[in-house]
Amino acid sequence: MTSRSQLSSQRIRSAWLFMTPMLIVLAATAAYPLFRTIYFGFTDASLDLLSEARWIGFRNYLEWVDYGDGEGEFYGLLADEGWWRSVWNTLKFSFISVAFETLFGLIVALVLNVQFSGRAWVRAAVLIPWAIPTTVSAKMWAWMMHDQFGILNDILLRLHLISGPIAWTASADTAMLAVLIVDIWKTTPFMALLILAGLQMVPADVYEAARVDGVHPVKVFFKVTLPLIRPAVMIAVIFRALDALRVFDLIYVLTPANNQTRTMSVFARENLFDFDKFAYGSAASTLLFLVIALVTLIIIKFGKLNLGGEK
Amino acid sequence: MIIPRWIRKLSFFLLVSLIMVISIFPFYYAIVTSFKSGIAIFEVSYWPSSFSMTNYISVITRGAFGQQLLNSVLVATAVVLLSLMLALTASYALSRISFRGRTLMLLTILSVSMFPQIAVLAGLFELVRSMGLYNSLWALVFSYMIFTLPFTVWVLTTFMRALPIEIEEAAIVDGASPLVIVIKVFLPLMWPALVTTGLLAFIHAWNEFLFAFTFLSSDEQRTVPVAIAMISGSTEFEVPWGNIMAASVIVTVPLVILVLIFQRKIIAGLTAGAVKG
Repeated sequence: MTSRSQLSSQRIRSAWLFMTPMLIVLAATAAYPLFRTIYFGFTDASLDLLSEARWIGFRNYLEWVDYGDGEGEFYGLLADEGWWRSVWNTLKFSFISVAFETLFGLIVALVLNVQFSGRAWVRAAVLIPWAIPTTVSAKMWAWMMHDQFGILNDILLRLHLISGPIAWTASADTAMLAVLIVDIWKTTPFMALLILAGLQMVPADVYEAARVDGVHPVKVFFKVTLPLIRPAVMIAVIFRALDALRVFDLIYVLTPANNQTRTMSVFARENLFDFDKFAYGSAASTLLFLVIALVTLIIIKFGKLNLGGEK
Repeated sequence: MIIPRWIRKLSFFLLVSLIMVISIFPFYYAIVTSFKSGIAIFEVSYWPSSFSMTNYISVITRGAFGQQLLNSVLVATAVVLLSLMLALTASYALSRISFRGRTLMLLTILSVSMFPQIAVLAGLFELVRSMGLYNSLWALVFSYMIFTLPFTVWVLTTFMRALPIEIEEAAIVDGASPLVIVIKVFLPLMWPALVTTGLLAFIHAWNEFLFAFTFLSSDEQRTVPVAIAMISGSTEFEVPWGNIMAASVIVTVPLVILVLIFQRKIIAGLTAGAVKG
């Protein structure tokens, strides 16, 4: 059987050959830049003097500055109130948006799983928010949420739900709400489609059997459908949560420079390029990466996901 | 408790209508606004009230919007072609050849697709600048690989794995090389998957903001999502909302058409890989 093992070793060699271009590109766009970002986080690099960056250890993260008279203060990211506020904003945004997207996504998926005429049109319409570029939807909603000429205030005033116009994106009380509304509007379709795919894998005879037995539809949903689609829902939630934790475009465009909505990504980007604190921004990026890596690892470990696809 | 059939029908119809209205309304309202001119813009109207092309004409003729549209098309097309080319052979290796470390490789690729873009931004900025690509569209073609490539490889691998072993057995027995097998046997079968992944990669690249915003500095080089985000008036009170809405409609219409034509393929692509696992 020499020819057979020869054949398989030839195939394995070509497998690596086939993957080489992809691996080189991924190394250049992902691995190397990540490594450099982490490195810059330990230096005093500034935007114009990247090559002259000097190693300063953990000072971007935490540093005790002694004032010489026995007093002193902590500096660095871990002592930065602004950073912790952005961490809190990110967690709040991720949790609320994903929770509502799951709920609405489930409703939309259940509707789309019913056979009715015109279903294809509804499905296409639902895809539209997903397809619109995030910055464009931010602008569309910014216009609808305009404090003086916005249609959202107009609708709510006509329905007597609010007593006066609201400055949705500018006011501190509503900025986060505004961002959440747009994000939920934009990403519910993605959630719905993933859950719908799960729903369509539930065999029809399960429902048939429940119907013959005269089980109430609500009970069927909670006792049969929900447990069966749980894996699909879980995967959708994970994908969305990882996405929400790194949110940038929407917040940067809809509510620029706002303490109530500044997330970790926005904080990092502002420091990197707007405030000329490249090293500090790199350190923030590194921390964000660690948070997401940690969440991913926890999910892979405890989610029992079959990622290799082995049957 | 029995709910009458007509009430059930009616409430279902209302729910479907609500979903439709919420999904479409912002886009619809952008269209309505984009056709208004002058002070008409500042009056809220729920139905199309005027049909003026002023905003469209001023968006297209003033500034570099035409060029920016072309930039977006060029970048997105190049990204699609490059990532499909790189992914086709890689996913053949990952789906049809069993070698040690394959699961680890797949996991690595999946984790790259979950990379927060901001984590590589500082390093990519340095790399782009040192390669002399700053303010060049190639910077985007290069950097977009970080999210299109893992995704494309992942979906194509899932698709190829589902094909039966028989289709390549004959070719292997005939002594065809793996490259010949990919091109002669798999490529003709792969068109549906290639269209799906290509479409999604196109939409991702067309919509991307952070890299385009960071790696391009001049107006003529920008892509449209950045251009639209940066349209502003000289003061806060002079924001040209009519122009912004016209530009938004121009950018969104191609996507809406793609969605209407290819909705099945797009849905298949979005859910492949994610649900099969």
